[in-house]
Amino acid sequence: MNAPNQSGWKPSMQAVEEGVDHGPATTTGNRALMLEEPLIFEIGHTETTGVDLPPVDPDATTRLSDFARSEPIGLVGLTEPETVRHYTRLSRQNYGIDLGFFPLGSCTMKHNPRLNEKVARLPGFADIHPLAPQGSVQGALQVIYELGEWLKTLTGMPGIAMSPKAGAHGELCGILAIRAAHTANGNPREVVLVPESAHGTNPATAAFAGYKVEDIPATAEGRVDVDKLKARLGPDVAAVMITNPNTCGLFEKDFRTIADAVHDAGGYVYCDGANFNAIVGRVRPGDLGVDAMHINLHKTFSTPHGGGGPGSGPVVFSEALTPFAPLPHVIEEGGEYHLVEEESAGESADTFGRMTAFHGQMGMFTRALTYMLSHGADGLKQVAEDAVLNANYILRAMEDILHAPFADSGPCMHEALFGDRDFEGDLSTLDLAKGLIDEGFHPMTVYFPLVVHGAMLVEPTETESKASIDQFITAFRSLVERAKAGDETLKNAPYHAPRRRLDETAAARRPKLSWTGLEEQT
Amino acid sequence: MRYLPLTDTDRAEMLQSVGANSIDDLFIDVPDVAQLDGPIRDLPMHASEMAVERHMKARAAKNLAAGDAPFFLGAGAYRHHVPASVDTVIQRGEFLTAYTPYQPEIAQGTLQMLFEFQSQVARLYGCAVANASLYDGSTACWEAVAMATRVTKRKRAVLSGALHPHYSAVVKTMAQFTGDSIADSAPAIAAEADLDGLIARIDDETACVVVQYPDILGRLCDLSRVAEAAHARGALLVAVNTEPVALGALRSPGEMGADIVVGEGQALGVGLQFGGPYLGLFAVRDPKHVRQMPGRLCGETTDAEGKRGFVLTLSTREQHIRREKATSNICTNSGLCALAFTVHMTLLGEEGMRRLAAENHRLACLAADRLAQVPGVSVLNGAFFNEFTLMLEGRRARDVVRELAERGILAGVSLGRLYPGVEALEHALLVAVTEMTTEEDIDALAIGLHDALGKATPVSGATQQEYAE
Amino acid sequence: MPRYFTDEHEWIDFEDDTATVGITDYAQEQLGDIVFVELPEIGKSLDKGDDAAVVESVKAASDVYAPITGEVTETNAALEDEPALVNTSPEEDGWFFRMNVGDADELEGLMDEDAYKEFVDNL
Repeated sequence: MNAPNQSGWKPSMQAVEEGVDHGPATTTGNRALMLEEPLIFEIGHTETTGVDLPPVDPDATTRLSDFARSEPIGLVGLTEPETVRHYTRLSRQNYGIDLGFFPLGSCTMKHNPRLNEKVARLPGFADIHPLAPQGSVQGALQVIYELGEWLKTLTGMPGIAMSPKAGAHGELCGILAIRAAHTANGNPREVVLVPESAHGTNPATAAFAGYKVEDIPATAEGRVDVDKLKARLGPDVAAVMITNPNTCGLFEKDFRTIADAVHDAGGYVYCDGANFNAIVGRVRPGDLGVDAMHINLHKTFSTPHGGGGPGSGPVVFSEALTPFAPLPHVIEEGGEYHLVEEESAGESADTFGRMTAFHGQMGMFTRALTYMLSHGADGLKQVAEDAVLNANYILRAMEDILHAPFADSGPCMHEALFGDRDFEGDLSTLDLAKGLIDEGFHPMTVYFPLVVHGAMLVEPTETESKASIDQFITAFRSLVERAKAGDETLKNAPYHAPRRRLDETAAARRPKLSWTGLEEQT
Repeated sequence: MRYLPLTDTDRAEMLQSVGANSIDDLFIDVPDVAQLDGPIRDLPMHASEMAVERHMKARAAKNLAAGDAPFFLGAGAYRHHVPASVDTVIQRGEFLTAYTPYQPEIAQGTLQMLFEFQSQVARLYGCAVANASLYDGSTACWEAVAMATRVTKRKRAVLSGALHPHYSAVVKTMAQFTGDSIADSAPAIAAEADLDGLIARIDDETACVVVQYPDILGRLCDLSRVAEAAHARGALLVAVNTEPVALGALRSPGEMGADIVVGEGQALGVGLQFGGPYLGLFAVRDPKHVRQMPGRLCGETTDAEGKRGFVLTLSTREQHIRREKATSNICTNSGLCALAFTVHMTLLGEEGMRRLAAENHRLACLAADRLAQVPGVSVLNGAFFNEFTLMLEGRRARDVVRELAERGILAGVSLGRLYPGVEALEHALLVAVTEMTTEEDIDALAIGLHDALGKATPVSGATQQEYAE
Repeated sequence: MPRYFTDEHEWIDFEDDTATVGITDYAQEQLGDIVFVELPEIGKSLDKGDDAAVVESVKAASDVYAPITGEVTETNAALEDEPALVNTSPEEDGWFFRMNVGDADELEGLMDEDAYKEFVDNL
């Protein structure tokens, strides 16, 4: 195994840290490259602006009727150098994939290729209006169409909706199509079955669509209990929503059997595609009997997470659900691309409607298509294989010292799941996660899925080199050992981040959600 | 493959250490019916950066970029100047490649930015609290309706006919599934009639009234009148704004009594991008409604050493905790677009917002006057900000838009496209003017319209033509 | 004045025809720092087992159910400003709401203090 670090730092130097000698406090609160930064409202001015525009002519005639603004907005401005410096300083208080290993389970934090960014900024994509005459945007419509064809081919499914704006929006799209299909058959049905280990969006989505949510029981090995599921199926069950690979990191090996049983009972199968990165290019969900699945372009297809969006969540459909897909959609006829916007023509007659103002996340489409073209069918298959290999490598490197509840259930897919069962005293997953921050890693997903006590879900993705993963394993093992030995110093980690642990209770008890001005500060 | 760091030697070593003979051993749980014998067929193999760029550039080259033509499209997406530093900031990897700030100690950059963003949006809208953004204006509009039904415990929403028809469509689509009843209509040409009709539709079962400001025809209406009427019936006023620059010159919806203010933030910092990603803005006037809001909220707090810091807060409203009882199934916001918006707002400041709005309005007035001189063209609006509706005598606006596009002029949005089948609007052309519009552009449009209206009316097109716009 | 308990960790005091409802010390400890309590509307009729209130910590929201059938007559306004009362004084100042007793027979299914203690010890 590689040394933890190649920079000359050695574990024996730890002693210096034990004394926590940070030197004298600085006058500014800054610590060399780590710079404290006030809010813009504390450094900007009402009269300052960083954009050169002609001054307002107070005598100009206007056509604003009685609605001209008389009160100030309450904004402050900064010049360009101040603005750039402000946000650059803020950026340095963030962890990103560009900085290091980001094994956030279920989130697929892979490298965001810069070619994608370059392509998305071509004026032919970035500077076109969604309602421009279609003859003037044929290339854009072609990109939407081509991306749709890629997704259909990769999933082995015949229909697609491109407009959903994120994964949860895609889920909603899928469930609404299912409801529309049942309704067209005369009865929307009442119940959607969702495993306990599912993402919270699944029950929230089903409930929104007017369904009662019931849990699907799991077996001790971390998979859906097929017999119990089959026993629950009936004329009231509209759909099952299953994540595959599931959130315990396992492939649902009986998926096809489940799907057949659901179909026999007249229901539909929704697959949460959050974990598609484990199987992209290697397994087609259509072969498993899926009726609808959303695809997070910001996970599997590398569009940037951007600190919490924007995402993009196209949905693929089986034959049965395709007629109910939302508007608008793109069709091709003799080399020309057309946007079907209206609920009229034959093939959109059964649509359940419109989910968003325009056609979806075009800026994400260009990036995702660029990524797919770069990898090709062979590269995408390699992506899944490397992601799965990396996760298994971590699972097997940790299972001797860390509770891995499903380690005996077969290989994991692209994420490895652990629990904090064996930690000493009141030390928990949270403390270990904060310890990882000090070691220079972004923590894994914690406390999800809910079915494992103190869950730690580690998803390395294909982006990591073996050296990077070895370094992580070394740090992870040392933290597990500390937690099992009852090292109370972990309770106060992180020590070296821009902030120590933050008081979330105070934030929620007396919410301060907006800057309120000096006069109101106490 | 340039994006994959594992070498074949690494792979062999790692397979050995996990006890697998080949990678196939790790996929043994995939049932036979779904096992493939190689890469998925009918797709190309991997390609170099150069080759991919060439492929994508060829697609981009087939589009007429707004910057390459006299350009007058709006209707919910506006072309404004985005200062160069905005894109520099959002391309910093620490912002671009970060996740949702669930580990606040190492996400203060995103969190402080969101706090600043929420503060700016709240002020612009005249509200107490704004959230950390939603997908876009249309989905924010639906979320506002859903929130109003939660607050009032009523199930009926009254939509103004002059609400963006795509926004109404989203609301109606969602309401089919929640069982809310939606009352809407096509816009009346006379602004006053529109407002009176709207007020007349408010009843004691009404959860909210939804009004766009400025509206889809570019008109300005007296929100205070609607607010008064709504409040008298115990309903909330939801104001929708699709052009935030307008609020540099106009009274804010909050000041005029709107309870929930939502909108599209794309016009500031975010480019046109063919419709997405955009930026949903969402704010409430009364802080007591905060716990009924959808989406993420960033709040101020302190760390263990007493230093100020920021966290996501009130997250018990959200799906990952409340599951089927969440206020919304929304899981993500539009973080990077919010960053672009807030950087642009910071560059502008109070003074810049005032100036930007004034310049938009000055050019729009100039354009309206110039275009009104074209024979056969009349301006529908009394009041407007930077967008107004032209009535074209004797020609369908859809045909005129197509014809001018062929001449390299992007003339505006025909209301016939937005309201298919509404005869009264077939001759209406919505024209948006921003600080990017030059006087030469306005002249080009005037000449184009002059030529187009000078022609005899062509025979109404076949269905094939429907596609062309 | 007898105090009763439910297996959902609520306590109920009865006085005349009025029941005062709160959550137990055990429950507040499990929930951690309480940041918000959503109380029922006064005048709301509840059936036994209906969602009556929601108690929220930073990372969890839990429903509080109506322990008996009746109509809500009063709520603890102090909790609006100071939800921490649920942590500091769960079984006194941190009470949630009062309701009239619609069906006295329902009291029979409830636990007394000893039974509740045993119930908790066995969890």
